[in-house]
Amino acid sequence: MIDRLELWIVIIGLGLGSFGLRFVFLGLIGDRPLPDWVLRHLRYTAVAVLPAIVAPLVVWPSATGGAFDPPRAAAAVVTLAVGYFTKNVLLAIGLGAATLIGGIALLG
Amino acid sequence: MTTETNSAYWQGVRDGAPFFLVVTPFAMLFGVVATEAGLNVAEALSFSVVVIAGAAQFTALQLMVDQAPLFVVLASALAVNLRMAMYSASLTPHLGRAPLWQRMLIAYFLVDQSYACSIMAFEKHRDWSVAQKVAYFFGVVTPICPMWYAMTLVGAWIGSAIPTEMGLDFAVPITFIALIAPMLRTGAHRAAALASVVLALGFGWLPYNLGLIVAGIGGMVVGAQVELVLRRTGKWVDP
Repeated sequence: MIDRLELWIVIIGLGLGSFGLRFVFLGLIGDRPLPDWVLRHLRYTAVAVLPAIVAPLVVWPSATGGAFDPPRAAAAVVTLAVGYFTKNVLLAIGLGAATLIGGIALLG
Repeated sequence: MTTETNSAYWQGVRDGAPFFLVVTPFAMLFGVVATEAGLNVAEALSFSVVVIAGAAQFTALQLMVDQAPLFVVLASALAVNLRMAMYSASLTPHLGRAPLWQRMLIAYFLVDQSYACSIMAFEKHRDWSVAQKVAYFFGVVTPICPMWYAMTLVGAWIGSAIPTEMGLDFAVPITFIALIAPMLRTGAHRAAALASVVLALGFGWLPYNLGLIVAGIGGMVVGAQVELVLRRTGKWVDP
């Protein structure tokens, strides 16, 4: 269960922090360009952070108490392949979810 | 509104309208996942209104469910949102001279879709005044952001009715993988993601989810370094 105080600290902290990130140049810094090396690292934040969140959830799913689970692994592979080759996010989610539901139904 | 700003606004509405189809399922999914995590309808809606950033919201929620410490939750979700600073920098030459209150509203509504539409339109219509550009931006936002709130609400209502055995624990991983996969356009992006996965699994034993921080920073450094190598050898293609 998520602690209520913690939840509201996260909502407000994340709201203020996200606004700060969105406002920083537009509001405060003006037209000065960012140094190249900063931009070069910013470009990879999403592909560096999101896979790190997902990988343990795929390999050690909480629903099975951390045991490797073929339906979940298969769903992850299908989602990745469909998303990578079609670039269609919703199709990838749909086929990934179908693989998961089908896999759970077949293998229990 | 003058005729020019009026027509820029409506062009924005038309360009933003297709994203309705993308935002609707995501917002609903967030509502569903939030109620599964134990949030009530008002809390789920507050989350979407205050933060208004899908991937960061999913990240924060997942880490709170995993009982990660507060600073890891905030640091990871904000890291996911670092790209917003890049959007802000990139729009500043176009919108930096708008009045402060407008820039504050623009900052609040700066999301992937409003950025992508705006930067394309501003590059194309270089003759637009600041007022026209601002009008266009708010035009794009009009069909997108209210939908984000409304569909979170709908998802939260539905979520309280869905049984938990349907594999919903895996909704967040599937959503994230689907979001990441199309981003893997260059060797540098693929290397960053691979490094991130290897580091996250390798440092999974660290306490307080610190493995996530190691993997995030490691992935960024690997991506940036691979980009440098690709540039040096002339193999870099702008994504």
